Amino acid sequence: MSAAATPVARRRPRVGRLNNLLVIVLVLIAAYVIIAIPSGDQAQQQFVNAVTIGAIYALIALGYTMVYGIIELINFAHGEIFMCGSFVSWWLLTTLGFSGAISDPILLIGVLILAFAVSMVVMGIVGVVIERLAYRRLRNAPRLAPLITAIGVSFILQNIVFVVVSNSIVTTPQIIPNTQLALGPISINLINLFVIVLAVGLMVALQLFIGRTRLGRAMRSTAIDRDAAQLMGVDINTTIALTFFIGSALAGAAGVVQGLYFGITVFNIGFQAGLKAFTAAVLGGIGNTTGAALGGFVIGFLEVISSVWGQGRWSEAVVFGMLVLVLVFRPTGILGQQLADRA
Amino acid sequence: MTAAAGAPAPVDNPGGVPLLRAHDIHAYYGHIHALQGITLDVFPGEIVTLLGANGAGKTTTLRTISGLMHPRTGTITFDGTDITHVPAHRLVTRGVGHAPEGRRIFGRMTVLENLQMGAYTRHNKAELEMDFDRVFALFPRLRERSSQAGGTLSGGEQQMLAIGRALMTRPKLLLLDEPSMGLSPILVEQIFDVIRDIHAQGTTVLVVEQNALMALGVAHRGYILQTGRIVLGDTAANLRQNPEVQKAYLGG
Repeated sequence: MSAAATPVARRRPRVGRLNNLLVIVLVLIAAYVIIAIPSGDQAQQQFVNAVTIGAIYALIALGYTMVYGIIELINFAHGEIFMCGSFVSWWLLTTLGFSGAISDPILLIGVLILAFAVSMVVMGIVGVVIERLAYRRLRNAPRLAPLITAIGVSFILQNIVFVVVSNSIVTTPQIIPNTQLALGPISINLINLFVIVLAVGLMVALQLFIGRTRLGRAMRSTAIDRDAAQLMGVDINTTIALTFFIGSALAGAAGVVQGLYFGITVFNIGFQAGLKAFTAAVLGGIGNTTGAALGGFVIGFLEVISSVWGQGRWSEAVVFGMLVLVLVFRPTGILGQQLADRA
Repeated sequence: MTAAAGAPAPVDNPGGVPLLRAHDIHAYYGHIHALQGITLDVFPGEIVTLLGANGAGKTTTLRTISGLMHPRTGTITFDGTDITHVPAHRLVTRGVGHAPEGRRIFGRMTVLENLQMGAYTRHNKAELEMDFDRVFALFPRLRERSSQAGGTLSGGEQQMLAIGRALMTRPKLLLLDEPSMGLSPILVEQIFDVIRDIHAQGTTVLVVEQNALMALGVAHRGYILQTGRIVLGDTAANLRQNPEVQKAYLGG
């Protein structure tokens, strides 16, 4: 055959890994400087705070982007999964009788594992059930139908928690002791370190799962072309359910983190958080898991930057303003639509 | 072009139990009656071609056989069992491989990953190794490009990948939907050579084609579809001689 292989679609030249790393480092330095100017000796703490908040948004954003990637649905109920996750962990910890920091490290680790496992599994199952009951039948319906259904599911979940659990702010046990650690020149609170390590660990695990495993390939192929995936023997119902399980479990993990880090939760917390995490997913390029993680951190920084500059009231405006800017100049988001792209 | 050159000897009276039998199938897209009573047989070891104009129902027939669609009435039997309502992903393990219209490769996945998708339901490592070797022997080009994204391949290479991917399911029956579409004449020849090779290695083939000349060159038998109905079914040799077929499909 002819030697010239004409690419079907022109693609952006791939920037080298080193270049990407350089860009990230430069952006982080710039962010640090922007945070440091008004906050002075609080700079380091604020920087860590931004990464932590970003990690929470990133965990939620992954669920939005995965579900969008595979069935092109903006799952507006996803923020509520996060909220329910925070209540599951609150319920578990208070039922077990914890109200404050646990000083015994082994007990602490055990309780953390339990809290995350329970919340992630429960929310994963809730996500699967929602997909089965509310979205599956609408898979071939016009796009507006499942979208409105998702908003409806979101209200249902909020109202269940509102009626059954609590109609006001609930204090959650902050079981991780308030300890300042010194990592070389960096001073970081134990809770921040824990959240960042956990979130990054989950994200790396997710990337490996999607990129390297057979089920990950099934998910990607279903996202690219559902019919073709079926012809390979992929059961798309199972694959879509799996996607909902993983995305919801990550939001469940974010819910536990919410309780541990902020010490409070409330029935309508999922709305704001969900909206911002959705923005993170779009910023990064909806359908693209790396993009969602990146978008989460961008939003964490935007929020902290607007608050250290004394403009905390404007943080929403800054976040959504950034969304508008990115969409105007780069409609596919920072990294483009990887998962959702069609051949 | 001598269409008959190198063609397998036509089976005039295919006997025995058909590998695939579609009996009076009717299928709809909404209210559109796309298949209006298709009856066809494919016997083990045959190459059968389905010819017809655009919109005649060729692709729909293949989609119905491979389980992507289900007929409203009629039955499909494969390898002795009723598969009329078996979903596509289950048919793969029973031995139906389908390289769909428009290739439908996974553009963002590498060539190797595309082939691994073909092997999705299979776990025998030794067999898989053999099949990867077989596909790479049929399409050496795919080995060279195995780490490249499928979407960056040329049209011909994508078609090879689509066929290779279907072969990785180790099908008893390979369904090919317009393998020549959009390819240069040289590539079309190559693809049909490969179809002969695949058949020679023991796979039964049902191929849908617009390029009737090439298709009747490799096939033993053929069916002509018109607006959802089979209007003619005969040996490839007879179809080539048929004046109406010549006029409508062979540019004679």
